[in-house]
Amino acid sequence: MKEVKPQASQPGAPRKQGGLNAEIQARIGHQLRAMYDDVVRQGVPDRFADLIRKLDEPGGQGGGDTEKNSGRD
Amino acid sequence: MPLTNQLRDDMLASVPSLRAFAISLSGNGDRADDLVQETLLRAIANIDSFQPGSNLPAWLFTILRNLFRSDYRKRRREVEDSEGNYAKTLKTQPSQSAHLEFEEFRAALDKLPQDQREALILVGASGFSYEDAAAICGCAVGTIKSRVNRARSKLSALLYVDGAEDFGPDNTVRAVIGGNG
Repeated sequence: MKEVKPQASQPGAPRKQGGLNAEIQARIGHQLRAMYDDVVRQGVPDRFADLIRKLDEPGGQGGGDTEKNSGRD
Repeated sequence: MPLTNQLRDDMLASVPSLRAFAISLSGNGDRADDLVQETLLRAIANIDSFQPGSNLPAWLFTILRNLFRSDYRKRRREVEDSEGNYAKTLKTQPSQSAHLEFEEFRAALDKLPQDQREALILVGASGFSYEDAAAICGCAVGTIKSRVNRARSKLSALLYVDGAEDFGPDNTVRAVIGGNG
Protein backbone atom coordinates (compact mmCIF):
# COMPACT_ATOMS: atom_id res chain seq x y z
CA MET A 1 0.00 0.00 0.00
CA LYS A 2 2.86 2.34 0.75
CA GLU A 3 4.63 1.96 -2.52
CA VAL A 4 3.26 4.07 -5.30
CA LYS A 5 4.60 2.87 -8.55
CA PRO A 6 4.99 5.45 -11.29
CA GLN A 7 2.32 4.78 -13.83
CA ALA A 8 2.17 6.48 -17.14
CA SER A 9 -1.60 6.38 -17.19
CA GLN A 10 -2.07 8.36 -13.97
CA PRO A 11 -4.16 11.35 -14.91
CA GLY A 12 -3.28 13.74 -12.08
CA ALA A 13 0.43 14.17 -12.56
CA PRO A 14 1.86 14.54 -16.02
CA ARG A 15 5.48 14.50 -14.98
CA LYS A 16 6.85 14.13 -18.43
CA GLN A 17 10.17 15.88 -18.92
CA GLY A 18 9.07 17.41 -22.18
CA GLY A 19 5.92 19.05 -20.86
CA LEU A 20 7.70 20.38 -17.84
CA ASN A 21 10.41 21.69 -20.06
CA ALA A 22 8.28 24.11 -22.02
CA GLU A 23 7.04 25.69 -18.84
CA ILE A 24 10.50 25.83 -17.33
CA GLN A 25 11.96 27.31 -20.48
CA ALA A 26 9.35 30.03 -20.45
CA ARG A 27 10.19 30.76 -16.87
CA ILE A 28 13.89 30.92 -17.55
CA GLY A 29 13.29 33.27 -20.46
CA HIS A 30 11.18 35.45 -18.26
CA GLN A 31 13.76 35.61 -15.47
CA LEU A 32 16.54 36.31 -17.89
CA ARG A 33 14.70 39.23 -19.41
CA ALA A 34 13.59 40.52 -16.04
CA MET A 35 17.19 40.63 -14.87
CA TYR A 36 18.32 42.31 -18.06
CA ASP A 37 15.50 44.79 -18.41
CA ASP A 38 15.94 45.86 -14.85
CA VAL A 39 19.30 47.30 -15.86
CA VAL A 40 18.09 48.65 -19.19
CA ARG A 41 15.42 50.64 -17.39
CA GLN A 42 18.08 52.47 -15.41
CA GLY A 43 18.79 54.44 -18.58
CA VAL A 44 22.05 56.24 -19.23
CA PRO A 45 24.05 57.16 -16.13
CA ASP A 46 25.56 60.66 -16.19
CA ARG A 47 28.98 59.16 -16.37
CA PHE A 48 28.36 58.01 -19.92
CA ALA A 49 26.43 61.01 -21.05
CA ASP A 50 29.37 63.14 -19.91
CA LEU A 51 31.85 60.89 -21.59
CA ILE A 52 30.12 61.11 -24.94
CA ARG A 53 29.57 64.83 -24.60
CA LYS A 54 33.25 65.45 -23.96
CA LEU A 55 34.04 63.80 -27.24
CA ASP A 56 32.72 66.91 -28.87
CA GLU A 57 36.12 68.33 -28.35
CA PRO A 58 38.23 67.72 -31.43
CA GLY A 59 41.62 66.15 -31.06
CA GLY A 60 41.08 62.44 -31.00
CA GLN A 61 40.31 61.95 -34.62
CA GLY A 62 42.67 64.24 -36.49
CA GLY A 63 39.64 66.47 -36.95
CA GLY A 64 37.06 65.63 -39.56
CA ASP A 65 34.26 67.79 -38.29
CA THR A 66 35.97 70.63 -36.53
CA GLU A 67 33.48 73.38 -36.91
CA LYS A 68 34.16 76.98 -36.04
CA ASN A 69 35.14 76.97 -32.43
CA SER A 70 38.22 74.90 -32.20
CA GLY A 71 40.40 75.43 -29.17
CA ARG A 72 38.93 78.67 -27.93
CA ASP A 73 39.64 79.45 -24.37
CA MET B 1 33.23 56.97 -40.70
CA PRO B 2 33.60 60.22 -38.73
CA LEU B 3 32.00 60.55 -35.36
CA THR B 4 28.84 62.39 -36.22
CA ASN B 5 26.25 63.65 -33.79
CA GLN B 6 23.96 60.94 -35.00
CA LEU B 7 26.51 58.31 -34.18
CA ARG B 8 27.05 59.81 -30.77
CA ASP B 9 23.33 59.70 -30.09
CA ASP B 10 23.15 56.14 -31.28
CA MET B 11 25.99 55.18 -29.00
CA LEU B 12 24.31 56.77 -26.04
CA ALA B 13 21.11 54.98 -26.92
CA SER B 14 22.99 51.70 -26.76
CA VAL B 15 24.39 52.36 -23.30
CA PRO B 16 21.49 50.87 -21.31
CA SER B 17 21.63 47.56 -23.12
CA LEU B 18 25.43 47.54 -23.08
CA ARG B 19 25.27 47.90 -19.31
CA ALA B 20 22.73 45.13 -19.03
CA PHE B 21 24.92 42.89 -21.13
CA ALA B 22 28.01 43.77 -19.12
CA ILE B 23 26.28 43.13 -15.82
CA SER B 24 24.88 39.85 -17.07
CA LEU B 25 28.35 38.78 -18.11
CA SER B 26 30.32 39.97 -15.15
CA GLY B 27 27.79 39.85 -12.34
CA ASN B 28 29.30 43.02 -10.98
CA GLY B 29 27.88 46.50 -11.47
CA ASP B 30 31.04 48.51 -11.00
CA ARG B 31 33.05 46.34 -13.25
CA ALA B 32 30.26 46.38 -15.78
CA ASP B 33 30.29 50.15 -15.95
CA ASP B 34 34.04 50.14 -16.41
CA LEU B 35 33.57 47.72 -19.26
CA VAL B 36 30.97 49.94 -20.87
CA GLN B 37 33.18 52.97 -20.54
CA GLU B 38 36.10 51.19 -22.11
CA THR B 39 33.83 49.90 -24.84
CA LEU B 40 32.75 53.43 -25.73
CA LEU B 41 36.32 54.68 -25.74
CA ARG B 42 37.43 51.81 -27.95
CA ALA B 43 34.53 52.34 -30.27
CA ILE B 44 35.35 55.99 -30.66
CA ALA B 45 39.03 55.32 -31.17
CA ASN B 46 38.16 52.79 -33.86
CA ILE B 47 35.21 54.56 -35.35
CA ASP B 48 36.89 54.43 -38.76
CA SER B 49 36.35 50.71 -38.87
CA PHE B 50 32.63 51.02 -38.31
CA GLN B 51 30.67 50.49 -41.50
CA PRO B 52 28.04 53.19 -41.89
CA GLY B 53 24.60 51.66 -41.96
CA SER B 54 25.65 48.45 -40.29
CA ASN B 55 24.41 47.35 -36.92
CA LEU B 56 25.89 49.70 -34.34
CA PRO B 57 24.64 47.85 -31.26
CA ALA B 58 26.07 44.58 -32.58
CA TRP B 59 29.38 46.30 -33.20
CA LEU B 60 29.45 47.75 -29.69
CA PHE B 61 28.46 44.43 -28.16
CA THR B 62 31.31 42.78 -30.04
CA ILE B 63 33.79 45.24 -28.58
CA LEU B 64 32.40 44.79 -25.09
CA ARG B 65 32.45 41.05 -25.35
CA ASN B 66 36.05 41.01 -26.50
CA LEU B 67 37.08 43.36 -23.72
CA PHE B 68 35.33 41.20 -21.19
CA ARG B 69 37.03 38.13 -22.52
CA SER B 70 40.52 39.56 -22.38
CA ASP B 71 39.79 40.96 -18.96
CA TYR B 72 38.51 37.59 -17.90
CA ARG B 73 41.70 35.92 -18.87
CA LYS B 74 43.62 38.34 -16.72
CA ARG B 75 41.51 38.29 -13.64
CA ARG B 76 39.46 35.12 -13.76
CA ARG B 77 36.03 35.32 -12.32
CA GLU B 78 35.63 34.90 -8.61
CA VAL B 79 33.76 31.66 -9.07
CA GLU B 80 34.51 30.38 -5.62
CA ASP B 81 33.17 33.53 -4.14
CA SER B 82 29.96 33.41 -6.07
CA GLU B 83 29.51 29.82 -5.05
CA GLY B 84 30.01 30.83 -1.47
CA ASN B 85 27.25 33.38 -1.83
CA TYR B 86 25.11 30.86 -3.53
CA ALA B 87 25.42 28.48 -0.60
CA LYS B 88 24.53 31.29 1.76
CA THR B 89 21.39 32.17 -0.12
CA LEU B 90 20.31 28.58 0.02
CA LYS B 91 20.56 28.57 3.78
CA THR B 92 18.47 31.67 4.17
CA GLN B 93 15.16 30.23 3.21
CA PRO B 94 12.82 32.87 4.66
CA SER B 95 10.43 35.40 3.29
CA GLN B 96 12.05 37.32 0.49
CA SER B 97 11.33 34.60 -1.97
CA ALA B 98 11.41 36.87 -5.00
CA HIS B 99 14.84 38.09 -4.09
CA LEU B 100 15.94 34.58 -3.35
CA GLU B 101 14.67 33.39 -6.66
CA PHE B 102 16.62 36.14 -8.36
CA GLU B 103 19.78 35.23 -6.47
CA GLU B 104 19.36 31.62 -7.41
CA PHE B 105 18.88 32.53 -11.01
CA ARG B 106 21.93 34.74 -10.97
CA ALA B 107 24.00 32.03 -9.33
CA ALA B 108 22.84 29.43 -11.83
CA LEU B 109 23.66 31.77 -14.70
CA ASP B 110 27.14 32.21 -13.27
CA LYS B 111 27.65 28.49 -13.34
CA LEU B 112 27.22 28.24 -17.08
CA PRO B 113 30.30 28.07 -19.22
CA GLN B 114 31.05 31.51 -20.55
CA ASP B 115 30.30 30.60 -24.17
CA GLN B 116 26.86 29.40 -23.24
CA ARG B 117 26.09 32.27 -20.92
CA GLU B 118 26.89 34.95 -23.46
CA ALA B 119 24.98 33.18 -26.21
CA LEU B 120 21.93 32.84 -24.03
CA ILE B 121 22.03 36.48 -22.97
CA LEU B 122 22.50 37.80 -26.49
CA VAL B 123 19.63 35.78 -27.90
CA GLY B 124 17.35 35.44 -24.91
CA ALA B 125 17.68 38.86 -23.33
CA SER B 126 19.33 41.33 -25.71
CA GLY B 127 17.07 40.14 -28.49
CA PHE B 128 19.74 39.65 -31.14
CA SER B 129 19.07 37.24 -33.95
CA TYR B 130 21.10 34.05 -34.03
CA GLU B 131 22.98 35.57 -36.95
CA ASP B 132 23.89 38.74 -35.07
CA ALA B 133 24.83 36.77 -32.00
CA ALA B 134 27.07 34.57 -34.12
CA ALA B 135 28.75 37.64 -35.57
CA ILE B 136 29.25 39.12 -32.12
CA CYS B 137 30.80 35.92 -30.81
CA GLY B 138 32.75 35.21 -33.97
CA CYS B 139 31.34 31.76 -34.52
CA ALA B 140 28.87 29.89 -36.72
CA VAL B 141 25.13 30.32 -36.38
CA GLY B 142 24.74 26.62 -35.59
CA THR B 143 27.25 26.97 -32.79
CA ILE B 144 25.22 29.76 -31.23
CA LYS B 145 22.06 27.71 -31.47
CA SER B 146 23.58 24.75 -29.75
CA ARG B 147 25.14 26.95 -27.05
CA VAL B 148 21.78 28.54 -26.36
CA ASN B 149 20.14 25.14 -26.14
CA ARG B 150 22.75 23.78 -23.83
CA ALA B 151 22.54 26.88 -21.67
CA ARG B 152 18.79 26.51 -21.36
CA SER B 153 18.87 22.88 -20.44
CA LYS B 154 21.67 23.40 -17.96
CA LEU B 155 19.80 26.26 -16.31
CA SER B 156 16.66 24.24 -16.05
CA ALA B 157 18.61 21.38 -14.53
CA LEU B 158 20.23 23.71 -12.02
CA LEU B 159 17.10 25.60 -11.12
CA TYR B 160 14.20 23.27 -11.49
CA VAL B 161 14.80 19.66 -12.23
CA ASP B 162 17.26 18.80 -9.46
CA GLY B 163 16.25 21.72 -7.37
CA ALA B 164 12.51 21.32 -7.18
CA GLU B 165 12.58 18.21 -5.09
CA ASP B 166 15.94 18.38 -3.41
CA PHE B 167 15.73 21.47 -1.33
CA GLY B 168 13.17 23.76 0.13
CA PRO B 169 11.43 23.75 3.49
CA ASP B 170 9.24 20.75 2.78
CA ASN B 171 12.18 18.57 2.24
CA THR B 172 13.91 19.81 5.36
CA VAL B 173 10.83 18.99 7.40
CA ARG B 174 10.64 15.60 5.84
CA ALA B 175 14.29 14.98 6.60
CA VAL B 176 13.80 15.93 10.24
CA ILE B 177 10.76 13.72 10.61
CA GLY B 178 12.49 10.92 8.83
CA GLY B 179 15.49 11.27 11.11
CA ASN B 180 13.27 10.74 14.11
CA GLY B 181 11.90 7.43 13.02
